[in-house]
Amino acid sequence: MLAVIRLRNLFAVVMLFGIYSFLAAALFVTLNAVDVAFTEAAVGAGIATFLMLSTLALTVRREKLRRKRSVIPLLVVTSIGATLVYGTFDMPYFSDPSAPVHGHVARHYIESSTAEVGVPNLVTAVLTSYRGYDTLGELTVIFTAGIGVLALLGYRKRGGKP
Amino acid sequence: MRPPIQPHNLVLRIAAKMLIPPILMFALYVQFHGETGPGGGFQAGVIFASAFVLYALVFGIGLARAVATGRLLRVLASIGMLLYITVGLASLFSDANFLDYDVLAQERMEGQHLGIFLTELSIGMTVAAVMIMIFFAFAERGVRP
Repeated sequence: MLAVIRLRNLFAVVMLFGIYSFLAAALFVTLNAVDVAFTEAAVGAGIATFLMLSTLALTVRREKLRRKRSVIPLLVVTSIGATLVYGTFDMPYFSDPSAPVHGHVARHYIESSTAEVGVPNLVTAVLTSYRGYDTLGELTVIFTAGIGVLALLGYRKRGGKP
Repeated sequence: MRPPIQPHNLVLRIAAKMLIPPILMFALYVQFHGETGPGGGFQAGVIFASAFVLYALVFGIGLARAVATGRLLRVLASIGMLLYITVGLASLFSDANFLDYDVLAQERMEGQHLGIFLTELSIGMTVAAVMIMIFFAFAERGVRP
């Protein structure tokens, strides 16, 4: 990540981000979150890298050097980062069994999803059956993103102006 | 987008030709096997779209556009969206909650299976269509006429 900050060649930065996504996917696999790893590898390392590359092809490859140093953005970023780090102090420790996330509905899902939904993959059961409404919202987000990109960029008419 | 790779780039063309059918098959496997294994509509849609991206990169955007026209993509994305909502409304009109799959079939389990299958299918359709759509929108801007 330090290399990403230091590098001026944006192509190398995009490649490093792709590698980072794959590493994150491997990390998810070791955490037994295969579905998340799948998504990370396909979307994070695949499509996102590609979209960044095509944006690079449309613009320039090298970052412009700025000699001016600005203090206020640094202060804002530092204070927000410090606040966020302070917020994590209240979080439960990693794999703490008494964490709130384990006490709420997760127990119900794990114990009774086989009887109620009958699907071996628990993630699918939660995503599409228990939380079907949320997934509808996600799908709407993607659909809206597609419409937005079409409205902004549009298709190039054959043999005409864009 | 740089111009498509020249016709003499034989190795890349052959490799892409050999790779694209397995990628499409794998996308369908992830789509319809999401109930039992990892994966589901989102991942399957992205993998399906990546096959089109590979094809367009190697063989040129024009040929890919001949298969996936803008109208087809728009219709697919909208059908996926509508299918999801229709499943929800179907259970709503069967005296159950919105997106409650229990009432979609005679047996409760069958209803759940049917509901999950249909919603995953609609997710896959919309995600694949939108991803290809975004790719084309980006890629075609760069092609100098």
